[in-house]
Amino acid sequence: MSPRTLYDKIWDEHLVATRADGTSLIYIDRHLVHEVTSPQAFEGLVLAGRTLRRPANILSVADHNVPTVDREKGIADETCRLQVEALEANVKAHGVPYIPLLDDRQGIVHVVGPEQGFTLPGTTVVCGDSHTSTHGAFGALAFGIGTSEVEHVMATQTLPQRRSKNLRVRFEGDLPEWTGAKDMALRLIGQIGTAGGTGCVMEYTGPAVRALTMEGRMTLCNMSIEGGARAGLVAPDDTTFAYVAGRPLAPKGELWDAAVAHWRTLASDPGAAFDQEVVVDLRGMAPQVTWGTSPQWVTDITGRVPDPAQARNAEERESILRALDYMGLEPDTPMEAIPIQAVFIGSCTNGRIEDLREAALVARGRKVAQGVRALVVPGSGLVKKQAEAEGLDRVFLEAGFEWRQPGCSMCLGMNEDRLEAGVRCASTSNRNFEGRQGRGSRTHLVSPAMAAAAAVAGHFTDVRRMEVQR
Amino acid sequence: MKAFTTLTGIAAPLLRANVDTDLIIPKQFLTTLVRSGLGRHLFHEIRYSPGGRELPDFLLNREPYRKATILLSGPNFGCGSSREHAPWALLDFGIRCVVAPSFADIFFNNCFANGILPVVLPAEQIAQLAEAEGPLTVNLPAQTVSCGGRSFRFEIEPARKATLLEGMDEIKRSEANLADIEAYETRRRAEAPWLGVGGN
Repeated sequence: MSPRTLYDKIWDEHLVATRADGTSLIYIDRHLVHEVTSPQAFEGLVLAGRTLRRPANILSVADHNVPTVDREKGIADETCRLQVEALEANVKAHGVPYIPLLDDRQGIVHVVGPEQGFTLPGTTVVCGDSHTSTHGAFGALAFGIGTSEVEHVMATQTLPQRRSKNLRVRFEGDLPEWTGAKDMALRLIGQIGTAGGTGCVMEYTGPAVRALTMEGRMTLCNMSIEGGARAGLVAPDDTTFAYVAGRPLAPKGELWDAAVAHWRTLASDPGAAFDQEVVVDLRGMAPQVTWGTSPQWVTDITGRVPDPAQARNAEERESILRALDYMGLEPDTPMEAIPIQAVFIGSCTNGRIEDLREAALVARGRKVAQGVRALVVPGSGLVKKQAEAEGLDRVFLEAGFEWRQPGCSMCLGMNEDRLEAGVRCASTSNRNFEGRQGRGSRTHLVSPAMAAAAAVAGHFTDVRRMEVQR
Repeated sequence: MKAFTTLTGIAAPLLRANVDTDLIIPKQFLTTLVRSGLGRHLFHEIRYSPGGRELPDFLLNREPYRKATILLSGPNFGCGSSREHAPWALLDFGIRCVVAPSFADIFFNNCFANGILPVVLPAEQIAQLAEAEGPLTVNLPAQTVSCGGRSFRFEIEPARKATLLEGMDEIKRSEANLADIEAYETRRRAEAPWLGVGGN
């Protein structure tokens, strides 16, 4: 057999049938379900008289619209409450495993899946959410789907698919101090643009990727979709196996040994052909900050807001002008001179324990600047519990941050965690689109350490220059 | 799903790059339990004032575009969130076809599931269509977009084309492969027994 990429191998293992019209039917091993993109799928199934083929292969949890304060008192917003109730009724009626809202294991679906050992190397993982790419960190082919496809998977445990192109991303050099997976992702997207990976599955390679923890790999793969790729992959290794071992839903005993033996074969073969390759040089990289309304509009913290006059063409100039107008920024402003009024630390990108530890290192012994509102929203109840066991909640609270209950929260503002128009936010989330965190809100994407640094400074600041003990 | 063959109608030129699904249908409308009724919220943040009044400058608030059935746009249309509420909102407004130089993958798939035709054409051809007078005609069998004497051919994968022309139920189609699915599951249980969730 000719050398194959990791993506080719997973594809081949999941091919159920190739149909006369050239499309392929791919088997789906794992399906994550949440409250926002599933009600119409359940309804469609019932209307068509269909049943779920493999309900045990689903894990469901409410995350997008849940409150992050006083949730014991119930959900105040009626439409949000009805949607969570619809999920609860649907999973009950169809026998789908569900993590209740007040359970310690509840959290953002992409934090919960890996945490529970639901996500395994070499599997296909789907969810009605574009950040399903997160699970690619395990060497799983994981991608977001629409509600019609959610219904399709529920009914058939398969999806009709076209083969994607193989794109290798090779990170060169080691990560400089105070930079991490978030900076790698932003740097890559800045280089290839938000459509750079369209039609591709990206495989992340290089020493810096190998050196990342599983949580770092999840952050990196999470933002594959922001580079246009539906899925990102990191080949599984001992770091992966050590993370998965012993998790509640992971295989045990002999099954575990057999699984690991197979998982060790899941790497791109030497000489495997990639359709495209991108090289990202990490040497000397500074912490990254976005300035515009697309994740590709990113620069170093030591950089400046671009001047539209320097744009390559009229179209780009117009785009930059609109972004600067929306963001309320003047050309050539040093990034460090931009004041902020809000900070959001959390999301499926950066809401895990290592992210909170990183932010707490910076926050410890400092105070949130006057006029800044700063939220810390753990990615799951288990992350929250772990952080509290380590005293991180005290660090944040003493510094003046709000310590919240887990959920998607201000990443997309479906619950009440929204920004007012004109408010500028240093956010560890994944999208800085117009209105993403609330109508008229201004989002700058950064790492957890940089978000905490901005919170205490009141403006973006270079965390490398702060006196922080690692 | 409604079949798509030919469509003649008003084409609204929203010629900006990277129109994301948050812009097409913002978060506050995602709590719906149904597919219908999202048309009045399409492009909500750029279509209405914070007080809920129509912004007179916005394209879809002007004649003849209020009755647009086709949208012309820039590259990477539909990027971002996987929300199928985006095609639902377009469809509910009356848009059955989006013409852009490129589309984001998930949105592109979601269109076909809802009988919306995403047409890929070069930006300069879209610019010409935007300037042409009169209604625009999209002919799927012939794979052409024409307006005011100009006509451009577009490419579409045969399987995608068939899906739209027949208004096919994709689930029904996959159910025809039931024997293949069962055979696959039997084989996989033997080859990869660890795949049962929680070792089951």
